[in-house]
Amino acid sequence: MGFEKIIFYLFSALLIMSASMVITVRNPVKAALFLVLSFFACAVVWLLMEAEFLAIVLVLVYVGAVMVLFLFVVMMLDINIERLRAGFISYLPVGIVVALMMAGMLIWIVSGDGSAFNNSVTHNADYSNTRELGRVLYTDFLYSFEIAAVILLVAIIAAISLTLRRRPNTKHQKIENQIAVKRNERVRMVKMKAEEKK
Amino acid sequence: MNIEMPNFLLALPEIFVLGMTCVLLVIDLFLKQQDRYLTYLLALFTLLVAAVLTLYGDSGERQITFNGSYVADSMSHVLKLGVYFAVFVVFVYAKDYLRDRNMFKGEFYILGLFGMLGMMIMISAHSLLTLYLGLELLSLSLYAMVALQRDSIHASEAAMKYFVLGAIASGMLLYGMSMIYGVTGTLQLDSIAERAVSGDRTLLAFGLVFLLVGMAFKLGAVPFHMWVPDVYHGAPTAVTLYIGSAPKIAAFAMLVRLLVDGMIDLHDQWQGILIILAVLSMAVGNIVAIAQTNLKRMLAYSTISHVGFLILGILTGTQSGFSASMFYALAYVLMALGGFGMIILLSRKGFEGDKLDDFKGLNRRSSWYAFMMLILMFSMAGVPPFLGFWAKLAVLQEVVAADMLWLAIVGVVFSVIGVFYYLRIVKLMYFDEPNSEEALQCSTDMRLLISANALMVLGIGLFPGALMAVCTAAFS
Repeated sequence: MGFEKIIFYLFSALLIMSASMVITVRNPVKAALFLVLSFFACAVVWLLMEAEFLAIVLVLVYVGAVMVLFLFVVMMLDINIERLRAGFISYLPVGIVVALMMAGMLIWIVSGDGSAFNNSVTHNADYSNTRELGRVLYTDFLYSFEIAAVILLVAIIAAISLTLRRRPNTKHQKIENQIAVKRNERVRMVKMKAEEKK
Repeated sequence: MNIEMPNFLLALPEIFVLGMTCVLLVIDLFLKQQDRYLTYLLALFTLLVAAVLTLYGDSGERQITFNGSYVADSMSHVLKLGVYFAVFVVFVYAKDYLRDRNMFKGEFYILGLFGMLGMMIMISAHSLLTLYLGLELLSLSLYAMVALQRDSIHASEAAMKYFVLGAIASGMLLYGMSMIYGVTGTLQLDSIAERAVSGDRTLLAFGLVFLLVGMAFKLGAVPFHMWVPDVYHGAPTAVTLYIGSAPKIAAFAMLVRLLVDGMIDLHDQWQGILIILAVLSMAVGNIVAIAQTNLKRMLAYSTISHVGFLILGILTGTQSGFSASMFYALAYVLMALGGFGMIILLSRKGFEGDKLDDFKGLNRRSSWYAFMMLILMFSMAGVPPFLGFWAKLAVLQEVVAADMLWLAIVGVVFSVIGVFYYLRIVKLMYFDEPNSEEALQCSTDMRLLISANALMVLGIGLFPGALMAVCTAAFS
């Protein structure tokens, strides 16, 4: 257990540190990168809980795809940090109250009766939770799985219908016309007398 | 490995609606703008067939399938029929409005049908997971529909507010669900009800609070109502019509599924929270509505107050209370369809008839539609013999029967306050000089349907027994 505990505390500390950096650093690009780090630390903690499939999906989907897209957006937008930070002090008291309430509640729940949280199941090395997930996903949770698919379809439709614009007067290249162009459509020979030297 | 095959026949309406919407999506892609009404007709056709499937699929008994995540009972059948009806009316009313504003696109109908699918899933949900997914499907479609009018700043702002607050509400709901799952170890509502009896009360109560906060956001109950007026006002009227009508039925179903099917054992705990929500909603909704000059905003606050009444019926915790609440939900949807429909009727190309002043002297311009509006406003105010009166009466009776006389009195006091702003519209229509003498212009189908809509409010108000019997039968 010793090694596992070291890993747990190491990556939990990393998770908390990087998560707090996400909201405190000034540079949004750095914040996004810290979010990547916190996802990664979180994935390691999940691995310790034997949720291998979820851990790998977290790295592949969130770190690999979502956060990279996010970084692109952050880099392309011109975000004015000073304006974003303007309300920080005025919202701080409310934020602290909410955070304290949440923390207090979590502590109360966890410390109240810990027995509910100690019954985690351990499996042998040959147990594949990918297969187990797949098995329930396509049988017990078939209905929910289908609905989730429909939600994704709606997301696609919504995104396209909100962003697709056909503007008739935008300027763009017409390659077939460019290739078919003849010399005399572009170059005009002008005959003129050479200037005489005086 | 044994797999129990789910009974797909029970979910036939959902399967049909999903299939048809996908077909519609493809067909719409190949249509020219002048043939777009085909999408519209097919959408109406889908609703009619779904209604037939639901009617014939009603076996009269409670059946659960898809490994406990889908339930078909008489309540779900009635509510689904109500949803089809509401969406049908919305589609017809919206047609001219959308065409005049260059919004007559397939997306409105496709997103509308997907949203309706979400409502159907919520109505038939029997596990926390399907309930949540149905809600997300509905919300996502609604966010997109609000933002459909891309060039309008108001619509974009409304969509943004709706999206952010909706996301927070979903987060709350999920947080609560995860706590309840933590205590009971199951997602299915009937098993939750069984295990809640012996579960940790503190944790369950925490989960319950989060669930109720999330649901109050979605319902638009005070103090989680901030988005309602802005979204109703900012969205295109056709979309406001959609948001203001059918989703209320689904929200009622969500409350019943979670609180009654899942946590009836915690009734004494959720009753207190619901009392606060109901009293605040009735107070804020009715009082703030008086100050509004825009009819859409006024109807938004009136929605908030009606939600308060809807909650009153549920918090009694009795079967007859739930059926009174269901009657209220269906009655409210019918009135809201008419109310927002009148705004569309008064609007024309380049003009929104959504200000109170636009209703000035409507009697002189068209006495028939002024009379229709009069019926709708009287009904919303709760004047007998219109439908709204019976709905309020049924709910208040149940509250009194549950030994909460003071609550019934509070409800009556606030609805009397509410009468003021409904009757102000009647006064504007009949006793004020019109701003313009222009005749109303709209198509025949809209005229027929809105007249039928208002006359239904009157007709069911005169003979409320049949609808009442249906609602009572749903909870027995």
